[in-house]
Amino acid sequence: MPKTLFEKIWQSHVVAQEPDSPAVLYIDLHLVHEVTSPQAFSGLRQKYLKVRRPERTVATMDHSTPTKGLSLSLVDDMAAKQIRQFQTNCQEFGVPLYDMDSNERGIVHVVGPEQGFTQPGMTIVCGDSHTSTHGAFGALAFGIGTSEVEHVLATQCLLQYRPKTCLVNFDGELQPGVTSKDMILALIAEIGIGGGTGYVFEYAGSAVRVLDMEARMTLCNMTIEAGARAGMIAPDEVTFEYLKGRPHAPQGEDWDAAVEYWRSLPSDPGAIYDREITIDVSSLEPMLTYGTNPGMGVSVGSPIPDPQTVSDPGQREALEGALRYMDLTPGKSLDGQKVDVVFLGSCTNGRISDLRQAASLLKGRKVANDVRLLVVPGSEKVRAQAEAEGIDEIVRQAGGEWRFAGCSMCIAMNGDQLEPGQYAVSTSNRNFEGRQGKGGRTFLASPLTAAASAVTGKITDPRTLNKT
Amino acid sequence: MKPFATITSKLIPLPQRNVDTDQIIPARYLKVTDKAGLAEGLFHDWRYNPQGTENPDFVLNQPDYQTANILLVGDNFGCGSSREHAPWALIGWGIQAVISTSFADIFRNNALKNRLLPIVVDEEMLGSLFDLALEAPNAAVTIDLSTQTLSLPDGSTVEFPIDAFARQCLLEGVDQLGYIRSFEDQISAYEIEQGISIIR
Ligand code: SF4
Repeated sequence: MPKTLFEKIWQSHVVAQEPDSPAVLYIDLHLVHEVTSPQAFSGLRQKYLKVRRPERTVATMDHSTPTKGLSLSLVDDMAAKQIRQFQTNCQEFGVPLYDMDSNERGIVHVVGPEQGFTQPGMTIVCGDSHTSTHGAFGALAFGIGTSEVEHVLATQCLLQYRPKTCLVNFDGELQPGVTSKDMILALIAEIGIGGGTGYVFEYAGSAVRVLDMEARMTLCNMTIEAGARAGMIAPDEVTFEYLKGRPHAPQGEDWDAAVEYWRSLPSDPGAIYDREITIDVSSLEPMLTYGTNPGMGVSVGSPIPDPQTVSDPGQREALEGALRYMDLTPGKSLDGQKVDVVFLGSCTNGRISDLRQAASLLKGRKVANDVRLLVVPGSEKVRAQAEAEGIDEIVRQAGGEWRFAGCSMCIAMNGDQLEPGQYAVSTSNRNFEGRQGKGGRTFLASPLTAAASAVTGKITDPRTLNKT
Repeated sequence: MKPFATITSKLIPLPQRNVDTDQIIPARYLKVTDKAGLAEGLFHDWRYNPQGTENPDFVLNQPDYQTANILLVGDNFGCGSSREHAPWALIGWGIQAVISTSFADIFRNNALKNRLLPIVVDEEMLGSLFDLALEAPNAAVTIDLSTQTLSLPDGSTVEFPIDAFARQCLLEGVDQLGYIRSFEDQISAYEIEQGISIIR
């Protein structure tokens, strides 16, 4: 029987399976951060349990950490307390931690791949829904709750039902100025935020094969916004090239053996999926969200949908509510909409290639008056690399703020947040009400669209700005 | 763990679709290191006006519902972030079951681990339940996990699907971590077979 990439990984990780029960699935890599783990460590303590495989557990702090500097005095007392508790927990349980003073610390989904922990064929979990990011390497990676974090810490295993599979083909070739962020926003706009519930997506097709690893991570990252459990991309030469020489990737003979195994992972010809979706990207334009969930997306020049034209009453009300919160007029396009803040960063688009793209438009230009540009690298390594390339200077000279690494305004837990009523173009992944600060209004977009909008102070199609 | 009993309550109607976990509990409440006290943040930005006063229109603020514990919501409840703080906050407020046409995967898993029942009904039934909550706000329904039935005030019953394993764990008071640990021999054998010791 030909097998899919997902089936190969799933089958090789089932430790036990009783009838009418979920499988006991072995987890190769467990990523941990400060917000979703404290109660799990407390659970271990209460039950006198240890972390079974500390060497397969990697901890970093990112959500509530400061970005203006590295001192905990820059965040509120509760955030500081949570961070200190995390330091204590990691120390007590022997879990390696990228601490505040580490120059390799960063957002968990940036650090894992960057350090070479994330590898093809692995099962990877984290108490964080955007764990789907790591699927870009041909791993089965998904987010779990805190009870499950405790299970994995204690047993290195997780109870899981086998999800269904869906092949998502992106055919055609992207136009210049259009990115994998636009691809995923288009997919979610098409199938809706519950459209993938119960499935693992495998992204394939000519438009996926030509993406570099960072663009693939962007694609897989937002898979959860369609409700799917995980997103995966078959590993290929691009994957191996990215991983080679990374600190925690296999070295020497082990590397050769690993690559040989990784080459066996892509889905076999004729493998069957429970569902297939095909999207042609040749005519795709830069995408933005206009509403209060990631499925409410349109291309930059298209009109915002009119609730009057929606026949389903529930959907109509949802759209009306979203437009009320966003204070936007249906029928108009987003092009030219006033912007107060531009946020460049997050586990979706906070990597070096994202910052380079943004810098290509910011270079030699100024951010529009009254616009706040906040640039937050996804990790300290990304920050160092960007600084070596002079990107920090480009941002500062444009009038933007250049920060230390962290989640920052993606989740607004550390004080980096929107004021009520402000409009932000954000390269992050969620535009839920209040996500970037109470009362704040988010337009999700690519780094190119975000940078172009920062320069003009209005939502702007990046293809209309020349690179300098 | 206590075995699970039936739940009888009036319905708290919240006719919204795609309620994400950032609405259920905003991120600024996630700085806690335990599970207690999260009820205060439950639906915070809907429950309170920007000045911090209660929003009297929001259903959880209405006197009639203060002791109710079944929440009735639109499709795809609990989407977005994986935060288990969402079920903790719901439970903390007193919610014991949520009825909808569908739930996001991670939320459903998290709910079941915290004795919060995600009850799935079809669209027609959800519509009738919203009608019931509107027309007879004091009428109670009963959820019986052991028979997987929802009993309505007119005496009729509706069956609901639920994860068989989680159901058994709840009914028999089985701890899921204990269940995984009962496979210790297989886990060790798997690790040996895979040559798993230290990976770096
Ligand atoms: S950057 Fe945003 S989405 Fe990513 S891990 Fe941090 S808070 Fe979550």
